Amino acid sequence: MKKHSSQEISNLSSQVRRDVLRMVHGCKSGHPGGSLGCADFLATLYFNVMEHNPAFKMDGINEDVFFLSNGHISPVFYSVLARAGYFPVEELKTFRKLNTRLQGHPTTHEGLPGVRVASGSLGQGISVAAGAALSKKLNNDNHLVYALMGDGEIEEGQNWEALMFAAHQKIDNLIVTIDYNGQQIDGSTKEVMGLGDDIATKVAAFGWEILHMDGHNTQNIIDTLGRAKALVGKGKPIFIIMKTEMGYPVDFMMGSHKWHGVAPNDAELANALSQLPETIGDY
Amino acid sequence: MKKFDIQNVKDTRSGFGAGLSELGKTNPKVVALCADLTGSLKMDAFQKDHPERFFQVGIAEANMMGVAAGLTIGGWIPFTGTFANFSTGRVYDQIRQSIAYSGKNVKICASHAGITLGEDGATHQILEDLGLMKMLPGMVVINPCDFNQTKAATLAIAEYDGPVYLRFGRPAVPNFTEADAPFEIGKALLLNEGKDVSIFATGHLVWKAIEAGQALAEMGIDAEIINIHTIKPLDEEAVLKSVAKTRCVVTAEEHQMNGGLGDSIAQLLARKNPTPLEMVAVNDSFGESGTPDDLMKKYGLESVNIVEAVQAVLKRK
Repeated sequence: MKKHSSQEISNLSSQVRRDVLRMVHGCKSGHPGGSLGCADFLATLYFNVMEHNPAFKMDGINEDVFFLSNGHISPVFYSVLARAGYFPVEELKTFRKLNTRLQGHPTTHEGLPGVRVASGSLGQGISVAAGAALSKKLNNDNHLVYALMGDGEIEEGQNWEALMFAAHQKIDNLIVTIDYNGQQIDGSTKEVMGLGDDIATKVAAFGWEILHMDGHNTQNIIDTLGRAKALVGKGKPIFIIMKTEMGYPVDFMMGSHKWHGVAPNDAELANALSQLPETIGDY
Repeated sequence: MKKFDIQNVKDTRSGFGAGLSELGKTNPKVVALCADLTGSLKMDAFQKDHPERFFQVGIAEANMMGVAAGLTIGGWIPFTGTFANFSTGRVYDQIRQSIAYSGKNVKICASHAGITLGEDGATHQILEDLGLMKMLPGMVVINPCDFNQTKAATLAIAEYDGPVYLRFGRPAVPNFTEADAPFEIGKALLLNEGKDVSIFATGHLVWKAIEAGQALAEMGIDAEIINIHTIKPLDEEAVLKSVAKTRCVVTAEEHQMNGGLGDSIAQLLARKNPTPLEMVAVNDSFGESGTPDDLMKKYGLESVNIVEAVQAVLKRK
């Protein structure tokens, strides 16, 4: 797949964000906030960083693979997969509706191309990604495993088991990004369950390489993931702390947890779409 | 009543260890993971012979299930090992989402099942695991009866593509099935033909059912004894065929009544052929500390309990 430029990805992200809002509006449910916040990252991953094949094969041999641990941001995952050619863009309109392959949270169960494990019940993705990365090592496959998780999600204890395990096993073909938006359902992460401000020190103490990234600057995402790739094969898994804003860049959705899991009404959708240019074409 | 020769007395977990060790040599795609119980699970031989395919995950079972799910992506066949309690209840959601719902080819191998783990008590015993696992759509649930059958089951599940729960135990028990008998998932084994009552047993209770059959024969009762090593998918045809002949049923298992083998058979018969049925199982209770033998007696899981259940069900025929 062609490597898209930073500018091309920014244009794509605007379309992806329109998809996200129209999808959750279309079924009056879903999670727009985190989806909007991660649009630049996922678009960059699939349109610049990863070597991947939209003619999907579950085993992922000889390609980079991605796991979404915070499965509730399925709208942005589905939009990026569709825009990358994994399945028809028109299928986005079936999101969360009866008999869809685009279940509320991602799953392999209905055979949607691009999804390699179910996620939604939180805290499980890093373990799965670590296993897939071990699988690549056993297969002498030099491609990489990427994963995205939420910052509220890291409250789940299994993550800390996985962080320990990946460092102990020197799984250095694994790049995990955390969506550090500081929000979760009940409020800010500081209010709900303070992790301290220094997640970097915590994860570094487990034996991971730490990088920081601006999740709304596509050039910075490209550069940071490039630095991450340069750290591959050096005995440590890699953890990227990605600063984002939930709801970005829709003005009335940013800055709080309110839009974590609420669909916009007709007027709100129109307002939000007016802030996001239709760059490629709505589904 | 047919005679069964005890070849030796061995623990079923060693049958698993022997099977895994053989798989290490015969199936290059098999990998193993263990949560700090390598010796207890008899996984040491595999670890020693194939260190590159063995992953020590520490006391972190949730992570183990996720890592196993990930290892299937790329074609590996992971066998996880820990106690039955920590293989099921502790990690139910991880198995449900990352393995069962995701359709991953993981073999969840669970030792020290039931109360015969013994002295450690109820925190380490589990009598709910068959129910937990059989509730998961698509999960195959197997509970072999002796060393040879556990080894054979271990080999067989590597050939099956899909999630499997394989349950075995700690104590040494009579090893009486043939060493190299093929193991067919989902196929009940008729051990003794009889006409008066059908005894369906699983796991450690299969030998107890044979002992009961001998005692019943001396009383003039002709028991049909069937080894249900695969709880799910249940061999419905074998059950219905036997019951059509005997018209009454006793089930026997080292598990809760709720969710176990007896529950599966009662459901089947209620739908297809309502039949008097008695269950030899633990009745809504946790286990406790004690020797395995003392516990089996206290919780009513001995051959004498099967005999009593047969006498009771015959009166309802």
